[in-house]
Amino acid sequence: MSGKTLYDKLWEDHVVYTEDDGSSLIYIDRHLVHEVTSPQAFEGLRLAGRKPWRADRNLAVADHNVPTTDRDKGIADPVSRLQVETLDSNCAEFGITEFAMNDGRQGIVHVIGPEQGATLPGMTVVCGDSHTSTHGASGALAFGIGTSEVEHVLATQCLVQKKAKNLLIKVNGQVGLGVTAKDIVLAIIGTIGTAGGNGHTIEFAGEAIRALSMEGRMTVCNMAIEAGARAGLIAVDDVTIDYYRDRPYSPKNGDWYMAERLWRNLHSDADATFDKVVEIDASMIVPQVTWGTSPELVVAVDGCVPDPALEINPVKQQSMVRALQYMGLSAGQAITDISIDKVFIGSCTNSRIEDLRAAANVAKGKKIANNIKLALVVPGSGLVKRQAETEGLDKIFLDAGFEWREPGCSMCLAMNADRLEEGERCASTSNRNFEGRQGYGGRTHLVSPSMAAAAAIAGHFVDVRQYID
Amino acid sequence: MQAFTLLDGLVAPLDRANVDTDAIIPKQFLKSIRRAGFGPYLFDEWRYLDHGEPGMDCAGRPLNPDFFLNKPAYKGAEILLARENFGCGSSREHAPWALEDFGFRAIIAPSFADIFYNNCFKNGLLPIVLAAEIVDGLFQGLSEGYRLRIDLNAQQIITPDGKTIRFDIDGNRKYRLLNGLDDIGLSLQHADKIAAYEIERAKRAPWLFVKQ
Repeated sequence: MSGKTLYDKLWEDHVVYTEDDGSSLIYIDRHLVHEVTSPQAFEGLRLAGRKPWRADRNLAVADHNVPTTDRDKGIADPVSRLQVETLDSNCAEFGITEFAMNDGRQGIVHVIGPEQGATLPGMTVVCGDSHTSTHGASGALAFGIGTSEVEHVLATQCLVQKKAKNLLIKVNGQVGLGVTAKDIVLAIIGTIGTAGGNGHTIEFAGEAIRALSMEGRMTVCNMAIEAGARAGLIAVDDVTIDYYRDRPYSPKNGDWYMAERLWRNLHSDADATFDKVVEIDASMIVPQVTWGTSPELVVAVDGCVPDPALEINPVKQQSMVRALQYMGLSAGQAITDISIDKVFIGSCTNSRIEDLRAAANVAKGKKIANNIKLALVVPGSGLVKRQAETEGLDKIFLDAGFEWREPGCSMCLAMNADRLEEGERCASTSNRNFEGRQGYGGRTHLVSPSMAAAAAIAGHFVDVRQYID
Repeated sequence: MQAFTLLDGLVAPLDRANVDTDAIIPKQFLKSIRRAGFGPYLFDEWRYLDHGEPGMDCAGRPLNPDFFLNKPAYKGAEILLARENFGCGSSREHAPWALEDFGFRAIIAPSFADIFYNNCFKNGLLPIVLAAEIVDGLFQGLSEGYRLRIDLNAQQIITPDGKTIRFDIDGNRKYRLLNGLDDIGLSLQHADKIAAYEIERAKRAPWLFVKQ
């Protein structure tokens, strides 16, 4: 019998009951809740007269609608305000812990989970948010769910699931200087496509993945969903263990040693078999920039906008033509000739301390270009913000002409006041370049934090490798 | 939940790959705390020429005449014919809510994004996966008033010329959809198994059961 993959182990550990057709009731260890996808679920509980199965396994935070300025004035948009107030009242009614908007620990749900040790190795983690895949960086099985499933988890602490297939993505060798976790994951999506991981759980492995910090691993797993996989995973090692030591919700004392022993087994066995394996040479990855309206439409910064005429698949060709039209670009244009209007450094993909350090390192002692209308830095949480301020990163950004904001999802999806205007072009560290994602008619290019900072300084895309020594 | 058994419905084609849930229902409409009323804003940015905001009365908004759902031929469509990776992106269940509220009951595509696919079943919406060549054939063969008959129990689609197309569906999902069953109620029938799992798990991982 062959060995087990990390996903096999996590799955087996959480099966409560399996039906004859293979669908299983899976136990959920941690449920994260935010204001956008939960109100109808709480309403469903109320209508059915149900209570949460285990209220203390839920942790709630408002992140999508919160303003990133003048927090003390509350939320100006009455519709956004009602949604956040509804979360507050639902959490109070059902006895769920919530980091309210003015709590120092408030932040993006996928940043605060690991930061608090509320999501841990070996757990099953779900949230009504597709970027829940982020938490797989710790060796947890973490995936996004819809609102009906949010209600299901609240009521039963379980979900009905069918096991996905195993996909191994091995990033062999080392990346060059200036190439980050974001570039690795964009290169992966460019290789396998946005549907490449459909029906699979992706395990990211290989020397280049092992070399990443926890923050970098979270960036990679965060975008597993952009490759079509609900969940991304990375095996536990010393980096993982060191990260979770002494977090507020991490196991304490004897429990910690017991947990560490168990967590050390969270890796695929040497003889495990995967349904599909993709290998990528890390040394071939250069800083990436998306040019289209799907994350798979990505090229190297030293490349050009591709020509749809060279695409043989007619459906893909048509998507490329539409993307060029929406993005206001033409085939053959050099990526470094694309000038930008706004810069967004933030989101659950790239708003952790390491991301801010990388961007600040590029911005230090420089000024943003005259054509940049707005350059935003939005830390992922109150704790990230405080840490950055302790290190003086806020000063570096402010001196360079960036705005330093309060934590939240902000311009990743523009549910609050931070957004692109029609036709504006943005270098963004977020995860989706879909039409209208950052604002109606807005044009998004996905890049790493250091690439975004370099673009802000130059006013157009540049190869960040020229900016760092 | 509305049960799905038989459907004889008008087909509307959306000839684009990778249609994401941001396109199906843009984020500004996600601020609603209700479950109904998303239909008028389905595909808002493609369907209208102006920028939509929640609460807007859509009756007077300028329509994009080129968008398929605005063509009189597709009025009352209940079956959406789509391309690969339909419903990718965000987990928002507002996407199936909007499709269902608009009047769609089934979607046919070569592939769906996993979360969207799953969300459809919770809302009486049937997503059908067919081979890319078959979907392509349906796109090619579409003519005004083209209808398909979908029989979930028999797992088949019948074309106007009497051809039968088989489709696969997970048995559990089929059963729940055919009967319009509430998932939570069914899962709670296993409450004793959940409780037993917790006792056993607490021995292996006690830190997960420390009261927080």
